[in-house]
Amino acid sequence: MLSIKELRASIEGKEILKGINLDIKPGEVHAIMGPNGSGKSTLASVLAGREEYEVTGGSVLFDGKDLLDLAAEERAAEGIFLAFQYPVEIPGVTTINFLKTAVNEIRKYRGENPLDAAQFLKMVREKAKLVSMNDSLLKRALNEGFSGGEKKRNEIFQMAVLEPKLAILDETDSGLDIDALRIVAEGVNSLRSPDRSAIVVTHYQRLLDYIVPDYVHVLYKGRIVKSGTKELAFELEEKGYDWIKAEVEAVG
Amino acid sequence: MTTETIDLKTKLVADFYAREAVMNGEASSAFHQKKRAALARFDQLGFPTPKNEEWKYSNVRELISESYHFNAESSLGLADLQDLNIPEQVANILYFINGHYNEELSSIVSSSDQIIIDSLQSAYKKNPSLVNTYFDELVKDDTDAFTSLNTAFAHDGVFIHIPDNQTVEHPVILRFVSDARTQNVGSQPRNIIAVGKNAHVKLAEAFRTLGTERSFTNAVTEIHMDRDSGVEYYKVQNESEKAYHIGTTQVRMLDNSHFYAGTVTLNGHFTRNNLNIIIDGERCEAHMYGLYFPDGTQHVDNHTVADHCKPNSQSNELYKGILRDRAKGVFNGKIFVRPDAQKTNAFQSCKNIVLSTEATMNTKPQLEIYADDVKCSHGTTTGQIDEEALFYMRSRGISKPEAMSLLMFAFCADVVSQIKIDSIREYLENVIADKLASK
Ligand SMILES: Nc1ncnc2c1ncn2[C@@H]1O[C@H](COP(=O)(O)OP(=O)(O)O)[C@@H](O)[C@H]1O
Ligand SMILES: [Mg+2]
Repeated sequence: MLSIKELRASIEGKEILKGINLDIKPGEVHAIMGPNGSGKSTLASVLAGREEYEVTGGSVLFDGKDLLDLAAEERAAEGIFLAFQYPVEIPGVTTINFLKTAVNEIRKYRGENPLDAAQFLKMVREKAKLVSMNDSLLKRALNEGFSGGEKKRNEIFQMAVLEPKLAILDETDSGLDIDALRIVAEGVNSLRSPDRSAIVVTHYQRLLDYIVPDYVHVLYKGRIVKSGTKELAFELEEKGYDWIKAEVEAVG
Repeated sequence: MTTETIDLKTKLVADFYAREAVMNGEASSAFHQKKRAALARFDQLGFPTPKNEEWKYSNVRELISESYHFNAESSLGLADLQDLNIPEQVANILYFINGHYNEELSSIVSSSDQIIIDSLQSAYKKNPSLVNTYFDELVKDDTDAFTSLNTAFAHDGVFIHIPDNQTVEHPVILRFVSDARTQNVGSQPRNIIAVGKNAHVKLAEAFRTLGTERSFTNAVTEIHMDRDSGVEYYKVQNESEKAYHIGTTQVRMLDNSHFYAGTVTLNGHFTRNNLNIIIDGERCEAHMYGLYFPDGTQHVDNHTVADHCKPNSQSNELYKGILRDRAKGVFNGKIFVRPDAQKTNAFQSCKNIVLSTEATMNTKPQLEIYADDVKCSHGTTTGQIDEEALFYMRSRGISKPEAMSLLMFAFCADVVSQIKIDSIREYLENVIADKLASK
């Protein structure tokens, strides 16, 4: 589904991603962990199509298409979804209006007819229930004045509505209490299917109790320096990153 | 060889005296004496140049480089108005074509014990002293050439008088149409709105142009607000690419009165709006909202004044603009707090989005505070579209142009939502959405 080869990216002339290799097959969930500043959000942003980052090398294929050739909105329409580490507040645009525009723009891209108001509302209500998203939040300006938890929940709600093929969750669990965490995880798990995949960026093993990953990778200084199964997450939780850093320095 | 330049000022002054010469006894009336004094002021002031601080960024050279047929006859009828896509609304609707009141097109639905609505000409014929009580009374020693010019040539417009304790249910909508289909036209509407004690009204002025020749509108509206009164006043400008508009709205508020203004400039080649509010009462509230969307080579200039003369009142101002292409915008907001105006609360904000490197916005807040116990704040911002918000929307599948127009529409929302005449607000929402989507 997703094939990243030797991906390099920089911002303001500073190289952040220094040759990333990652293969994700349909149905797989990959966790990416690593110390702050390693480049996890950068990788997520580059995959979603943020233009500030300059891709200086490598390739990314998504369902056989050259992802790097597509604009952010085209990637979304192809089925990529990024749950932001820091969701943006947009005053004056209601969540519901925003999502309706998004859904219909994506349908247009796929050559489908727009949903009418009734169809859209029915679908949205179902998805809101799924992530226990309060109706009143939908009518408010997008993320404006939302609590941290509400913002994260809104990301998962949007993901549920857009039903992406590849969901990238960037520290969606940070700052959530255990109940909110469970709801977020249920939202993600409800989307799991043999043809949908996810990249879950997290610092904490606890999320991975709920969203059980097929693989765990450690990103450090712009490279994936270690890959394993979910046991690696336990090890990291227990021992921290120092031993990995040491391994990396030893190799040079 | 000499090249002929049209000197608009000389022409107008000569015109005034030629008309006066054929007036009968009316020339000695108090009304005409005000006009005469105004003409003398205009003659002395002349059209402003950028050397005049009030006109620093707005040059009228182009405007006065041609001549205009003032108050020209027009064959415009109901069918032609269809082209203007005017929203339906149960309201008192008055049409002025090239400055003339058109009774046939107009309809007045409110009862005359609630509100007296008349054309200025007809009101003056019926009751000259009543009209004269309000005409040209709000500004002493006017130093503005255009308002002086308007006073000198005041010919038609609306005269509205709302008796004490009346709340006018249906709004009053004044539609000023310039018929520039065959020639350059000019008009100088003069509107007088006298609102009695505890009387309330909603009022809108809409300016449109038909045709591709030049139009020059020099409009003045005087709003007299007695104690405890309320006025909602909207000005909507959707004129042509060859329309020049200079307008002044002059308001005086007495104790406990509430005034709301919404000024929306959708189109027009050169627009200058002056909104001057004299807050001459205690516990008054004056709210000013503005929106402008210049593109191409359009020029929009808003000058506002909140003049606090008495204690315990507040003024609140929010102007917003989106500028494209090579458009120019100007905002000058003055707040005066006179020595007596203790406990004044004055707030001013002007926010702009500039979408092109060739578009410019000049903002100048000007606070003059002579009292010590006051709360005043002001702020202006001029920036680009929020890139973070844009990427967030695009990452959800919304195309860049669609995301831009949603963000721009959202930027305008807090001003548009202030417009309480439904048909006008809905009309604006549509026209603004179209305008923002078009590029
Ligand atoms: N917009 C930016 N401008 C400059 N440096 C940036 C920008 N975004 C990220 N970086 C830098 O890139 C590195 C990786 O950041 P990031 O991808 O956010 O790491 P992580 O998500 O793993 O904590 C950091 O050193 C950070 O300072
Ligand atoms: Mg991060």
